[in-house]
Amino acid sequence: MSRGTFGRRILYWISVAAGLALAIVPLPGWLDVARPDLALLAVIYWILTSPRIAGLGYAWLAGLFLDVLRGMVLGQHALGFLVVAFITHRLQLRMRMFPIPHQAATVMLMLALYHFILFWTDGLTGYGYTGWNRWLPVLSGALLWPLIVAAGDTLTRRSR
Amino acid sequence: MVELSHDSRPIIGRGPPLGATFIALAALSIGLMVTDQRYDQLERVRGWLNSAAYPVQVAIDLPFRAWDWLTGSFADRDRLRQENLEITARLRLANLQLQRFAAVEEENRRLRDMRENVAGVAERAIVASILNVDLDPFRHRVLLDKGAADGVFKGQAVLDADGIFGQVWRVNEHSSEVIMITDAEHAIPVQSNRSGVRTIAVGTGDLNRLSLPFVTVESDLKKDDLLLSTGMGGVFPPGYPVAQVTKVERTAKATFAIVEARPTAALDRNREVLLVWFKAPAPEPAPATTSATVKPAEGATKAATKPAPAAGAATAATTARAAQSPAASTPAATTPSSAPPTATPPGEGATR
Repeated sequence: MSRGTFGRRILYWISVAAGLALAIVPLPGWLDVARPDLALLAVIYWILTSPRIAGLGYAWLAGLFLDVLRGMVLGQHALGFLVVAFITHRLQLRMRMFPIPHQAATVMLMLALYHFILFWTDGLTGYGYTGWNRWLPVLSGALLWPLIVAAGDTLTRRSR
Repeated sequence: MVELSHDSRPIIGRGPPLGATFIALAALSIGLMVTDQRYDQLERVRGWLNSAAYPVQVAIDLPFRAWDWLTGSFADRDRLRQENLEITARLRLANLQLQRFAAVEEENRRLRDMRENVAGVAERAIVASILNVDLDPFRHRVLLDKGAADGVFKGQAVLDADGIFGQVWRVNEHSSEVIMITDAEHAIPVQSNRSGVRTIAVGTGDLNRLSLPFVTVESDLKKDDLLLSTGMGGVFPPGYPVAQVTKVERTAKATFAIVEARPTAALDRNREVLLVWFKAPAPEPAPATTSATVKPAEGATKAATKPAPAAGAATAATTARAAQSPAASTPAATTPSSAPPTATPPGEGATR
């Protein structure tokens, strides 16, 4: 049992680390602006599938690493991740019952909240970019959600 | 009716309640943000965390570097020959200009001696590579592969072959973050090569555009004027090209003209940049400074928010002289140089 959870923990951290690495891979023009927040999507997915292992601390640390990687104000992404993780925990029992499109819509709302927190802290700490395209990751993340679920489901089935 | 708990973790050993963890971590992140923004106690913590992040950043850069190397080593002979010819031609031209340069430099030294000024600008530079890492699509920051271990300090000027690139914003052990001159939070004091008009060039968040918001309508700036760095503020070495004026728009009623310029440095095409150490010039005599700088006019309050970089000129000149020995200068050089990037004019972000 404990070995199983340990394996799970490793898997969760690796998937988030991959998401974090993809967050700073250079991409051309539009893709760069619309880059989905893969690390956050991974965190949401793991909280939905196993809330006992993926807790708030896990989400917060993942956010903090993103701050460090991107050279942002420490705590900015951490706070965003934390808020989303908290809401996911609260909605977890309900969200698991949702059909995929419904789930994607919920995820979209969470991503919007996340980007609003980033936008807000950006404004407070200095330069807030106000263009409409900063909200594009919300859309791309929601569109990507079915794929995340599919990928995660295959991954856990194998490691189970 | 049965009230279900929202907490889906097991009842035994579930740890502190979800809400409590949330509030504690949220308070922690807000505390971190405030400390990181206002004070520099977190520099060390950030240094450690960055050392942990650096391998990831290098790993991401690696495939791009390998690809560059691969294409470089399998480039066909004709292309290499072509490149070689071009470079030889350019070198010949540069040598020709250098011959004049020696004479001009000598003359310049004599003139400076006459003015009892500090002798010319002695410089030392190291080449740093830009890591292929995307920090933020809306900010113009790049990561270099040289850090405190190589003597890089905060506020150090970064140049490329064609002009001024930016300045070091944050120093880690083996890497450093550079803020480009086009970042919307960056401002650099400049001077027209033709007329000597001094002003400040502010980044716009567009890689091909700098804006000069404090040029009065009557000041002598024309399209195609070359803007050089003034060396005021002690961050950038004086006399290097910064940008070329692309647009000057004057309306009779306005106090300030709308002036835009295109950076001369290849901001989006570079892989290698230069980190320079230089000896800052002594502050100019007072009358010369006041007559040439932006005339405050009615917009005095607006202009007053901006010349922060120039304000540190006197102190920066002394500290930057110590920057010749980079290791010793790190703490001293950070104080004046932290001023320019943070000086964002009000409403600057709203224009885009």
